[in-house]
Parts: sequence; structure tokens; C-alpha cells
Amino acid sequence: MALTTDAQPSADPETPYRYERRRRPLSMRLRRTNPAAGLAALVWLLIVIVPVYVMVNASLMPQGEALGGKLLEPAAHATFANYSLVLHSGFFHLLLNNIIVTLVTIALVLVLCVPLAFAIVRARGARALLVFRVFLLGLAIPAPVIIVPLYVMVSKMGIYDSLWAIILPTAAFAMPVTLLVLVGTMRDISEELYESMALEGASSAQMLVRLVIPLSMSGISTVSVFAGLSAWNGLIFPLILTQSPQNLVLTTGLWTLSSQYGVNVPATLAALTLSGIPMLVLYLVARRALVSGVMGVGGK
Amino acid sequence: MFFGLFAVVPMAYSLFLSFCGNWGGIGSAHVVGAVDWQRLYQDSTIRQATRLTVELTVLSWLFQTPIAMLIGVWAAGRQRNRAVLSAIFFIPLVLSSTAISLLFKALLDPNFGLASSIGPWIGFSNGNILGSPNGALAMLVFVGGWQFMPFHTLIYQGGARQIPKTLYQAAEIDGAGRIAQFFHITLPQLRHTITTSSVLIVVGSLTSFETVFLLTGGGPGSASTTLSFAMYQNAFQDFNYGYASALGTALVAVSTLLSVLLVRLTGFGTMRSTREGM
Repeated sequence: MALTTDAQPSADPETPYRYERRRRPLSMRLRRTNPAAGLAALVWLLIVIVPVYVMVNASLMPQGEALGGKLLEPAAHATFANYSLVLHSGFFHLLLNNIIVTLVTIALVLVLCVPLAFAIVRARGARALLVFRVFLLGLAIPAPVIIVPLYVMVSKMGIYDSLWAIILPTAAFAMPVTLLVLVGTMRDISEELYESMALEGASSAQMLVRLVIPLSMSGISTVSVFAGLSAWNGLIFPLILTQSPQNLVLTTGLWTLSSQYGVNVPATLAALTLSGIPMLVLYLVARRALVSGVMGVGGK
Repeated sequence: MFFGLFAVVPMAYSLFLSFCGNWGGIGSAHVVGAVDWQRLYQDSTIRQATRLTVELTVLSWLFQTPIAMLIGVWAAGRQRNRAVLSAIFFIPLVLSSTAISLLFKALLDPNFGLASSIGPWIGFSNGNILGSPNGALAMLVFVGGWQFMPFHTLIYQGGARQIPKTLYQAAEIDGAGRIAQFFHITLPQLRHTITTSSVLIVVGSLTSFETVFLLTGGGPGSASTTLSFAMYQNAFQDFNYGYASALGTALVAVSTLLSVLLVRLTGFGTMRSTREGM
């Protein structure tokens, strides 16, 4: 948050600034380690690992063994039966629906927001600012809160219980953050570049395609991940705006499966493990983009 | 246009419905005055839900902020094996709230094992942690923390990386110890980061729905019914859209007010760049 600008005054003015690069003595380097924080990190690491370990471990157990309560010991009779049960309960259908919802949401958000952000950055008028402000207002509206009117509206529009009923609201709710990030990125493109393109007689559309989009690829990838994550992980829209089995997505499907399996907890855990795999793979492949997309969830 | 249709219009429509009595979606809605708002003001269930939501918010903040700050600042430095560590740390980020809630519901199932072995340690001899009001609240705070801690840690890590190293060097020359450095440099320099993270925790906890819905179902009884879950129950179990809308509108007003207040109090003025604090 632009700390560099206000950092200088808070440094003690009586201390002359005379730092030169040198190797610190060993005692000083040891002092830099922070045992309390290291310990906290270690404890938290355990807190994160244990449930995940139990999830994967118990998902390999037959139901009887899991009910015996020895969840921390490696599965004695490891079996993939739970996984095959999940895969035969229509898991691929859930996955397919989820992929469709996610991809269409991303596409919709980008198609709408990229030109809009460009217009807001270039127009600089009072009206563009107003549009931007209205969108920022949307940051303050949490999805669960307006689900009632949304439900009534979606029913009246005749798209209730279709994948569109999930896609449209999800995309709309991803727009404020998307716009915020894209406007921020596009503002960083220097004025000279626009001017030189204008001098060569480029139209706005050409500027958008040949200058703005290539230069804001980092922002675009961030918002794609952000929109994709909120579509991939969203529960409340599919829960309330769809009801039939063929429109189940991963989140509502997991919920249905877990109540269907009941006391067969290992099967539920196998479904949970499977549901995490696509994101885990994505995380390993595109860690940087994913992390900055997650940061976008924070509404910054 | 599109955004307006799905976010702004519902907000206005929600305000309208909140004046329509106990309309349940049959026939058309008519304005009947402020009955819902009156009922909202007098409803003891809502009062309890409000208290619970505030408790949940405060406890979540107290739980997440210190730990996230500690680990975030620590992770901003150079450590060995940090890549491996952060990969493991961020596992909760790739799981959905739904998956996380269902996972903990399974783990905390008293018949299934983990809860009955952990329960006695923390004062639940029969392992039925979710069956007690305080246990349910504690688990909501814990599961929320489990899910969002890596995210806030990331925010603090980003914030701490932006603190100029020269400040610490100057302090070291002045003979300031590590703890003094933390309180006089790290903490003041992180104030914007703290605001951002706090606003997110507050708004997130105020409107948390998924964890309550899946993990505790508002129970035992109504002991863990938060405001947004009460709204869901009113709308989709009792089919009283008017009342649920009044509740939702009040919730938006409160959460907006609170975040504006937090932002003002901490002097976090204009957002100059979207990448601030990352």
C-alpha cells in the first residue's frame, strides 16, 4: 500500500542513513530468526496437515475400519472401493457441470469487464467515475444477503434450475473485484503509448486489442482465476437457484453425496479428496496466478 | 447493465420486499408497511442471532489476526524450505468452503473417531463437540480460521515485504531489540494491511453462511444460528420472503457501516492501487 512514500518520515531523523551491503556476522543472522513465529508456523502446519491427512487416509479405509476410530494410523486394509463408489455415483457429471459453469463465468466476466475497464480508464469523465463507484458499491454486497430477491427474480426470468441460474449471478458478483483489478492494471499503462497509437490513427478498438490487452495480461489472469475460483467453489447460488440432479455442481453434489452416504464417512471423504484434486493440480501448475487470484477474492 | 441486473436491482428489490409483510412468493407482493421491520426489532430469536454473529465475528478476529500476522511476517523473511511449507500451508485455499465444512463435519462426528479422541482433551468427554452450544461456536471459529488463515497470512506476508529494510537497519543501529522493532516498525507499517485483513474478517464472519449451514445447521437448537443462516431459514424453510429481506437489508447496512467505520478509524483513505498490500 504505497508504503515507500510514507516510510521515510517514520524513520528516526537523527539517525544518519549509512547502510552498506556487507555480510552480517553470525550472531546477527541468528538473531534474525524468530523462534516464536517459527513455532507458531509449525503448530499451524500440523493443524493444516492432520485433517487433510485423516481425510486421505480414512478415505482408503473400508467403512468398518474407519468406525473403529484408528484414523491416525495408516489404513490397514487400504482399498480404492470408496473411490470407485464415488466415481460411479455420477461424480464426472458434477465435474463436467462445474467445469462448464466455471469456464462460461470466466468468459462472460472477461468479455464484459475488459472493455468496460478500458472505457473507465480512458474516459476520465464524471460519468465513468460514477459507473466505477457504483461497481465499487457492489463490493459491499455479500451474496447470501440478496439471495431472496435473486431467487424471486431468477424464477420470474424463467431460468430457475438451469446452469444459467448459477452462471449469471456468479459472474455479476465477480464483476466489482474484476473491474477494480483491471482498472488498476490499465491505469499503469503509460500515457505515451496511447498517444503514439493515437498519432498513428488507431481506433479505440485497435488500442484495446493491440495495446491494452497484451499489457494487462497479468491483471487478466488474476481476475480469470478469481472469477473461476468463485464459480468453482460457490455454494449458495447453485444451492438455492437449482434443484434437479442434472444441474448439480461440485459443491451441491458433495453435499448431496455426503447426506446420501450417511454413516459411510470414508466414501464422503473419498468424494472430498477427489473434489480437491483438480484445484490442487492447478495450484501446482500455476501457483503464482492462483495466489494472486485468491488475493482478488479479498476485494482489493 | 448486467451487473446492475444481478446485484443492484436485487438490493433495491430486497428493500422493497422488506416492506411487504410475510409474502411467500405466491401472488404478487404488496407494500403493507413496516411490519417486518417492527418484528425484526422485537424478535428475540434475531436478538440471539445478532449476539451470536457478533461473538463469532469478534472471536474470529481475535483468533485469526495475531496468528496470521505472526506467521505472515515470519514468512516474509528468507527461510529454508519455504516453498514446501507454503505449498502445504495453502492447501485450505484450494478446497471450497463446502468441502472444508463437510470434512470437519465428518471429522467431528462423535461416532467416527477423531472427535471422540480429541474431545476429552478439550473438555468434551463424549466427543460430541458440535452438540454443545459453546463447542459449536468454537468449531465455527476454528473451521473459519482453518480456511482463511492462509489467505490472511498471505496478506500480511505481502504487507511485511513492503516494509523498507532500512527501517530495521536504522533501528538496529539505535539498539532496538526485536520486540521493540516489532512494535515500533512492523506494527505501524502494517496498519493498512491490518485494516484490509480486519475488514475482510469482519464482513466475512458477519455474513458467513456456508460453514453454519453445513457444519452445525444452526444447532444445537438455535445455538449457532447466525443472522445470515436465520435469513436462509426464514426464506427457504418458512417461506417468508418479506421478513428474510428485511433481515438481509439490515445485514448489508450493518456490514457496510462497520467496514466504513473500520476504514475511517484506521485512516485508510483512498485505494490508490489495487495491488496495495499484496
